Amino acid sequence: MSVSQTTFHEALLDPSAAVPDGLLDAEDRPAGRRFSVYRNNVAVSLTEAMHQAFPVITRLLGPQNMDGLAGIFLRKHPPSSPLMMFYGEEFPAFLAGMEQLSHIGYLADVARLELALRRSYHAADSQGVAPDALALPPEEIVLAKLEFAPSMRVVRSDWPLFSIWRFNSEEDAPKPAPGAEDVLITRPDYDPAPHLMPKGGADWIAHVQAGHTIGEAFEHTSAEFPEFDLGATLALLLQGGAITSVTIERLAT
Amino acid sequence: MLDSSLRSNRLPAAPGVGYKPQHFDQILDHAHPVGWLEIHAENYMGDGGRPLAQLRHLSEQFPISVHGVGLSIGGEGPLDPDHLSRLKHLVGWLNPASFSEHLAWSTHDSHFLNDLLPLPNTDETLARVCEHIDQVQETVGRQMLLENPSSYLAFEESTWSEPDFLREIARRTGCGLLLDVNNVFVSATNLEFSPQGYIDAYPLENVHEIHLGGHDEDEDDHGRPLLIDSHGREVVDPVWALLDYVLDRSGPKPVLIEWDTDVPEWPILRAEAERAQAALDRIPA
Repeated sequence: MSVSQTTFHEALLDPSAAVPDGLLDAEDRPAGRRFSVYRNNVAVSLTEAMHQAFPVITRLLGPQNMDGLAGIFLRKHPPSSPLMMFYGEEFPAFLAGMEQLSHIGYLADVARLELALRRSYHAADSQGVAPDALALPPEEIVLAKLEFAPSMRVVRSDWPLFSIWRFNSEEDAPKPAPGAEDVLITRPDYDPAPHLMPKGGADWIAHVQAGHTIGEAFEHTSAEFPEFDLGATLALLLQGGAITSVTIERLAT
Repeated sequence: MLDSSLRSNRLPAAPGVGYKPQHFDQILDHAHPVGWLEIHAENYMGDGGRPLAQLRHLSEQFPISVHGVGLSIGGEGPLDPDHLSRLKHLVGWLNPASFSEHLAWSTHDSHFLNDLLPLPNTDETLARVCEHIDQVQETVGRQMLLENPSSYLAFEESTWSEPDFLREIARRTGCGLLLDVNNVFVSATNLEFSPQGYIDAYPLENVHEIHLGGHDEDEDDHGRPLLIDSHGREVVDPVWALLDYVLDRSGPKPVLIEWDTDVPEWPILRAEAERAQAALDRIPA
């Protein structure tokens, strides 16, 4: 009796499936719960990986509920690569699709933030420009094009995402108030840090990433967000080492 | 078959430990008698950040062993080309003293199961594993070491003993072997064979690294002991005794302490390394 890996794999992820024939103990009896060691290893290690990957979700739901959710998730979405550091890409969509959790609408956004923090942690190193790199006359600043660090991440949300994250990660953080908050993640050295993004900042960054100058991006952004604070956004990016190059194409004189 | 010129640098015949980031500062200050470190390859396949910065720093002071846990060498399907190139990249820039993987499978239908799953010791498995090892050694450009599994059950279809199976793989591919002494003890208990008999039959001349780790104790459906390779506690006395039995026959080897779950404070891990040093000290060099 040979046991294919397809058979082994199916029985591994389905606790109600029979133990495959052809697996034995030392006295040639059916392996029985010896097979469960593998079942258990897979479920426990992936559940543990989910706890580590999504600590704020775990705190919001409680560890036992997280165990239950992870048990469903890992069978529906086993890792697609051995890079466990990136496991859980499908978790935000999975959470958004769970009817039982629809009363906690912000869970999926929190999961996206936790994924973005991990992506930032493992992103390529880069050198931020000096804090005074944009200490230029205003007419020159508007002509500048910027490049951002690979570790910079933007997470948009219709929920007060930054406040929710902070309330569940820091002691004595204020209770979240209603309202939409986008989050900017910068990584000055090796530790990604979330910041509250100024209103419109996510759009402005997207415009700059699309190749627009600071000034063009500002015009596009302030058309939609008149309150957009360019100075505050640049300060966050500069302090976080998230701007890696400033290029100014000076007008021909 | 591996070109013998690719059998490059080796680990020292000293104790090593599995590196955990929480021990970074203490390793730099109080390593003795730890002479080398082992990393899990997959944890250092990001693009940058602290893991790679720490690894670069450590590699300036310690020989490093790269131990893969995700290649699925025994998988029925082809090796994952993306993962192979990630390994090639890591081994390329780090130039470690050793590179090893497992006689196991972990990926099926592009699902990675995060566990080392068992293989039947058949001619079919042998041919497939050898083909995969050839591919790994050609791609990575150096010899790899293959680790013996810990077994909880046996396959009815197996026709080879495990020591003979490993000997034949090493003969056909030119790979070296990583002898996990705890795995031998776990498998011997679970499948009721003599661990000393296993060692007597095992090709010790191909061993370039030894692993030790802790295991958990459970029972099967019939009340028989079922040991589980958990890497979550101290190495037990019978495994230390089996290490002595191995070293008496093999001579000095690099000996690694693996501790991957419930990772202890550095002094506890270092005390395990001291015990490994004592085991190395009792044999004539």
